[in-house]
Amino acid sequence: MPNSSAERNEYDVAVIGAGPAGLAAAAAAADTGVSVALVDSGPRPGGQYWRHRTGDDGTHHHDWAEFTRLRARIREVDHLAEHAVWHIEPGFTVHATGRDPVRARRLVLAPGAHDRQLPFPGWTLPGVYTAGGVQALLKGHGVLAGKRIVVAGTGPFLLAVAAGLLDAGAGVAGVFEAGTPAGFARHPLAVAGALGKLGEGAGYLRVVGRRYRTRTMVIAAHGTGELSGVTVAKVDANWQVVPGTERDVACDALAVGYGFTPQLELPLQLGCATRLDADGSLVATADDRQMSTVEGVFLAGEVCGVGGSALAVTEGLIAGRHAAGVSAGSRLLRRRRAQRRFAGALHQAFPLRRGWLDRVGADTVVCRCEEVRHRAVTAAVDDLGATDPRTVKLLARPGMGLCQGRVCGFATACVVADRLGRTLIEADLRGLAARPVAQPVTLGELAG
Amino acid sequence: MTRSDVSDVIVIGAGMVGAMTAYHCAAAGLRVTVLERDAVAGGTTSACEGNILVSDKEPGPELDLALLSIRRWQELADELGADSLEYQAKGGVVVAMSDDTGAGLTAFTASQRAAGIDAQDVSSAQLREREPNLSPDARSGAYYPQDAQVQPMLATARLLRAVRDLGGTVRTGTEVTGFVERGVATSAGIVHAEHVVNAAGTWAGQVSELAGAPVPVLPRKGFILVTEPLPRTIRHKVYTAEYVANVASSDAGLETSVVVEGTKAGTVLIGASRERVGFDRSMSLPVVRKLAAQAIEVFPFLADVALLRSYLGFRPYCPDHLPVLGPDPRVPGLVHACGHEGAGIGLAAGTGHLIAQVLTGKEPDLDLTPFRPHRFEEAPA
Amino acid sequence: MRFTFDGKAIPAEPGQSIGAALIAAGHRSWRRTRIDAAPRGIFCGIGICHDCLVTVDGAANRRACLVEAAEDMRVTTQEGAGRAELEC
Ligand SMILES: Cc1cc2nc3c(=O)[nH]c(=O)nc-3n(C[C@H](O)[C@H](O)[C@H](O)COP(=O)(O)OP(=O)(O)OC[C@H]3O[C@@H](n4cnc5c(N)ncnc54)[C@H](O)[C@@H]3O)c2cc1C
Ligand code: FES
Repeated sequence: MPNSSAERNEYDVAVIGAGPAGLAAAAAAADTGVSVALVDSGPRPGGQYWRHRTGDDGTHHHDWAEFTRLRARIREVDHLAEHAVWHIEPGFTVHATGRDPVRARRLVLAPGAHDRQLPFPGWTLPGVYTAGGVQALLKGHGVLAGKRIVVAGTGPFLLAVAAGLLDAGAGVAGVFEAGTPAGFARHPLAVAGALGKLGEGAGYLRVVGRRYRTRTMVIAAHGTGELSGVTVAKVDANWQVVPGTERDVACDALAVGYGFTPQLELPLQLGCATRLDADGSLVATADDRQMSTVEGVFLAGEVCGVGGSALAVTEGLIAGRHAAGVSAGSRLLRRRRAQRRFAGALHQAFPLRRGWLDRVGADTVVCRCEEVRHRAVTAAVDDLGATDPRTVKLLARPGMGLCQGRVCGFATACVVADRLGRTLIEADLRGLAARPVAQPVTLGELAG
Repeated sequence: MTRSDVSDVIVIGAGMVGAMTAYHCAAAGLRVTVLERDAVAGGTTSACEGNILVSDKEPGPELDLALLSIRRWQELADELGADSLEYQAKGGVVVAMSDDTGAGLTAFTASQRAAGIDAQDVSSAQLREREPNLSPDARSGAYYPQDAQVQPMLATARLLRAVRDLGGTVRTGTEVTGFVERGVATSAGIVHAEHVVNAAGTWAGQVSELAGAPVPVLPRKGFILVTEPLPRTIRHKVYTAEYVANVASSDAGLETSVVVEGTKAGTVLIGASRERVGFDRSMSLPVVRKLAAQAIEVFPFLADVALLRSYLGFRPYCPDHLPVLGPDPRVPGLVHACGHEGAGIGLAAGTGHLIAQVLTGKEPDLDLTPFRPHRFEEAPA
Repeated sequence: MRFTFDGKAIPAEPGQSIGAALIAAGHRSWRRTRIDAAPRGIFCGIGICHDCLVTVDGAANRRACLVEAAEDMRVTTQEGAGRAELEC
């Protein structure tokens, strides 16, 4: 289709992120007849949730029908694949590395989230992966991370990862859930029921079955040079180890994750207000229309609160319509309310507990990029008088490396707040989340 | 009134200048309380580069302060440990990219030598020996062995630590909201002292107004680019001779002239722009692009190097580009140590030393007349 | 399709990242860090953490988890910050 928008690189709406939220937003906006660009760093639409390989028939995916429906609806949308956005200027001009700037009158930000990590002894050993990373290797590249894989952390996502691995024929040595989803449901099967509501099927738990252990954590990873095993232990409600329950589990891969960290750099670049969500994440504030506190900037999916793909789709549909200047119907709003209530219940069912902090030894690396150990972080507080994570970052360098605190930011903030004897506040996370450059861009490209 | 609320000196501001002042006062035996509304080094000190330069100074009072400061920094590095401050006496290299600029630079270094700076003219071949990755277009330059570098936040935090070890008090999260008889009112109550030092950096103008003795300190915005970590490819602080012209300029528009330097962490810092746009915190892509282009002109290999982040700060400047130092005759007990513009890290060491001399009744090593606080109110001669 | 990793041929399927192909070929680590010279490989797998850096056809600091493998690509391990070509 000849598209003058594409020629001028100017659109009514630019959607950033082609996961469930962004696809839905692009589809909903395009349905109203406005010009839409869907901008994503990946080669194919789908985001983390529907990550797939070319020619993938969707057999091993959940909600694949939803994906193909949405994909069909974005035929009129310019999908700008392999556009890694590094900066957005007000107004709005979207800059992606190696690409011409894309201009849009309205934005929908749907950049998603990545696994949240809590440091523990040995977590820098090769063979330790994020849970999402192990899933991405499988879904995106058809590769099993190991022959004997341990899945650990907290949250329903662990079950999805483990089920996917088993489905692909991997050896799964155990699935260790730190929490007891008890406040939410007394029995793991109820978790599965809940997951069913998330659209991911009770099948997960049936597949994972007896490998699923609650109130169990990986407390250390071992190996010379590379991972050869982990120590797991029973923990109490506060995630303190129950003495005498430690045991070693041999494995060549560990998939670990403690919930998700929304990607806040783009909303922060644009000056959007943030808040601390129930799961401890920094998220951008959205109103009923999914609009941020900045006029014309809409939000959908994990950036405004971690809640899974079904909620992300609903938020995307609402954001897409409003970004196109059309209001969303009450059915969508009701659906969102129900899905948010459910996401909130999940956050309550899988909370983080402070026990993990006691196992981060003085020697444990907190920041992987700059190889900053726990002792340097606490020394910045104890000896150098830092009273917030940003000051700690500037004094001891956690979060100053290549990943710019994406991996260690949350944990650093927790360690600092705990050291100062207080709970985590929004400002702690905000102080580590601002990234005026959201993707590495060469100076040569900048200079033009 | 509790004992801890009475000091000899209150220092407002826990930036580099406040920390240096507090340290020198505490070391001289004074009881010091530092009051900081934000966090340790939470102001411009956390948004700058940490160059300690004589190379960019013209002969005059600022250079005298710079020479004194560079000596004090060296002594402090010996006292407190160079590593703990990330102090490196790495030297500066100024590069002329055209013959015209080269001629101007030679004249400039001659005047600097006469004023006591060790400024050595170097040929293009010698330049490349010092900086092998430098652009082949560099025509000539100057080498300044006295130029040094420090990690400003770390140095500030270490100095404040030393202040505490010397019995002083550092209160962060405590904003000065007004002045009272022999002391100040804060967000956490009244604090008393004989002397109050205004080391509030870019906000020193506001503090001076609270005291009823205004000094004109204004913000001059600057961006810095930070690259991904590299091996030690840049050895000195390297900048173009055009920088010297910009520093002294009073132009309100955007000026960029690049200073490139490696850090202990491996990242390369590229600074800095100068703009008078008030306290505007927004990121400006045109400025960032210009800095990148200028850096590549000096070090072409940087074209393939990734930008990791950028940050910005507001230099505290006075209309005549000199800091404000010393007792304010308009308000007994009030002493200023502010307005250091783009050189507050370097000049802090001399500043702290001089203020401590004044507060302990000594004759300061440097004549403070050019820096007097009330100079802006005097009728032009 | 094959690319070379420190001179050794590594098979890859179309669309596969360098990192995924390396893991499939039994490599879990291929980089040493700047400070501790500690081994690292893939961690996040989605371009966030920068743990998986390799030098690809001479260009340092490429994320192995993102860069698609291509025929005859020359991938080399990276010591520290890489960029051995620059004079230090
Ligand atoms: C981009 C850039 C690059 C620079 N590069 C260099 C360089 O290479 N070398 C160099 O020497 N200089 C450099 N500078 C300049 C240098 O950063 C400043 O001159 C220096 O940091 C000033 O230190 P300060 O202590 O006076 O101010 P600040 O560090 O700003 O400290 C003042 C403190 O006072 C506090 N404060 C203010 N009002 C109150 C109140 N009412 N109550 C309590 N506390 C208050 C503030 O919160 C602040 O922490 C640069 C500046 C910029 C912006
Ligand atoms: S594994 Fe994290 S960026 Fe490649």
